[in-house]
Amino acid sequence: MSKFGSAIFNRLVIIIPYAWLTIFFLAPFFIVLRISLSETAIAMPPYLPVFNLVDGVSGIVDKLGELSVANYVFLAGDALYTNAYISSLKIAVISTIATLLIAYPIAYGMAKAPNMVRPTLLMLVILPFWTSFLIRVYAWIAILKPEGLLNQLLLTLGVIDEPLIILNTNWAIYIGIVYSYLPFMVLPIYSSLEKMDHSLTEAALDLGCTPIRAFWRVTFPLSMPGVIAGCMLVFIPAVGEFVIPDLLGGSETLMIGKTLWNEFNANRDWPVSAAVATILLLILVVPIMFFQHAQAKADGEGK
Amino acid sequence: MKSLGSIRRSFAPWADPTAVPFIAVKNVTKKFGDFVAVDNLSLNIYPREFFALLGASGCGKSTLLRMLAGFEQPTSGEIVLDGQSLAGIPPYRRPVNMMFQSYALFPHMTVENNIAFGLKQDGMPKPQIAERVDQMLKLVKLDKFAKRKPHQLSGGQRQRVALARSLAKRPKVLLLDEPLGALDKKLREETQFELMDLQQQLGLTFVVVTHDQEEAMTMADRIAVMAHGKVIQVATPPEIYEAPNSRFVADFIGDVNIFDGTVSSAGPGTVEIATQTGFTVRVASSDAPAVGAKIGLAIRPEKIRVSRDEPACAPLNAAQGEIWDIGYLGDMTIFHVRLKDGKVIKASSLNAVRAVEDPLGYDQQVWISFDENAGVVLKD
Repeated sequence: MSKFGSAIFNRLVIIIPYAWLTIFFLAPFFIVLRISLSETAIAMPPYLPVFNLVDGVSGIVDKLGELSVANYVFLAGDALYTNAYISSLKIAVISTIATLLIAYPIAYGMAKAPNMVRPTLLMLVILPFWTSFLIRVYAWIAILKPEGLLNQLLLTLGVIDEPLIILNTNWAIYIGIVYSYLPFMVLPIYSSLEKMDHSLTEAALDLGCTPIRAFWRVTFPLSMPGVIAGCMLVFIPAVGEFVIPDLLGGSETLMIGKTLWNEFNANRDWPVSAAVATILLLILVVPIMFFQHAQAKADGEGK
Repeated sequence: MKSLGSIRRSFAPWADPTAVPFIAVKNVTKKFGDFVAVDNLSLNIYPREFFALLGASGCGKSTLLRMLAGFEQPTSGEIVLDGQSLAGIPPYRRPVNMMFQSYALFPHMTVENNIAFGLKQDGMPKPQIAERVDQMLKLVKLDKFAKRKPHQLSGGQRQRVALARSLAKRPKVLLLDEPLGALDKKLREETQFELMDLQQQLGLTFVVVTHDQEEAMTMADRIAVMAHGKVIQVATPPEIYEAPNSRFVADFIGDVNIFDGTVSSAGPGTVEIATQTGFTVRVASSDAPAVGAKIGLAIRPEKIRVSRDEPACAPLNAAQGEIWDIGYLGDMTIFHVRLKDGKVIKASSLNAVRAVEDPLGYDQQVWISFDENAGVVLKD
């Protein structure tokens, strides 16, 4: 290939991810943003104004003036939404930490397992994906309900005298999220532990670390990229989670995903639900951008 | 100050029967499943010695080193360091440090934090750590790179950081696993001498594992040649080279020609051997093997002369052949001489003068010859 041709090819390769992001992320986001600035209406689509090429340029400019931030003002004024955001973040933080605490030892064990059994272990971690997510969450209802498997087991063993009420509480949501998202935490941590040079741990032992200290001073810091990736993969979808709180949570459980679903389907208020979604996105994206900025700065130091 | 050479020449604690070994490896065996990595091995290493374990990969040298460091436990036998048995002592409580082949520098720490790592584990006060780190950085000439991360250093610089880190705790013994393996040839040669100077300066005992015989010969006071989990010979570099105890060692270290033959007569201090090639050699040998014994005779290429004219000693220690191949290396030339029976002999000659009139060429008929003390009798 000529030099010129390969230069064009290189550019084209870069265009693909950008085009993907533009079409499937940026464009839908702007549509959502634009709907969030509209006003609800009994019409099809159920909001105003509706831009139409028939109006011509001047007509569209006129209609741009009709857009307003009224929905955001409304959200800020209603404690329901603020509480839903805070409650979602709290549930997501707690479940992410719980997932990390369970996933790290699993990933560590997998990385330390003999080469022969590693593919099998990896397969076992991914295996639940073969069953529909919905069915697995329904299965938890059968396990957690008062006359469910868990209570029967504990009653038989004599650990408890009367059934535990787990289903339709936040506990059930934590269990559901931790269970569903565990592989997303295990896999990145496993991959960062697995590629780590074993002689680093030996060097730490050689220099006087007990095995536990060697873990905290060397292994854990070096697995941080995996831990961070795993936490993101769990935290972000957990904040907006809808199915798990809907099926396992109780009526008092307030999560933003459920609120959004109510606004969109029950109230048919597209503009308010679009505003809810936009704020959710900002809550998630802004801290991540700050974090990445700090990370890039830390990497650049000392050069 | 005494020169390095004079210290070295007088340094031979292994020859002194009253000397107490610093490291005593006693009948150590290490098995991995059915595989015997180290086989009933015994060794003594003396204080301030620069000791090399030399062998091909899989010979057990690294396993032995890892047992000294404490990463592996002997299946049977015992290792004693400075009068104390190391059995059951974990690596983090051993007064030894190791320099890893991969260097194993902590990628998330700066150079100074890597060096300070072991000192912090010992709970040394901060000002003292800073002082020691500074001292180590100067020792390996990296004081300007204290704040860098390992990935921002060259291979040679990383090697120095690894060295500084393993020396920072002032271990009684420094274990080095292929310390120069990842460096290019020029840097490797320089670093060999630096390591030797450092070892003298600090007065430490070094145990180095290497598969590179040149490296072992240059640096070590004594070399243990290993194969199949056993030590074949432990001796100083000149002894290993000039008086190998076996065919394996003769063949493993440097280039060698081995003539197989039968002892035809044994006089006081000399033996005559009828070689399979068809000529008779007479060599000096202190312990004469029995007449009729099958033995080998090892002769190094540089001890074989190649000439056009029949040498004075002929027919003893001389044979006719033709030049089969010539390798010109600059400092010397290697001749491959094909003898009458087809055996090809390597002979090297130093190019001491710049231009030789009428040099030896391909296919020429020549004589090879050697002195009576040039060869070593190998009984195995």
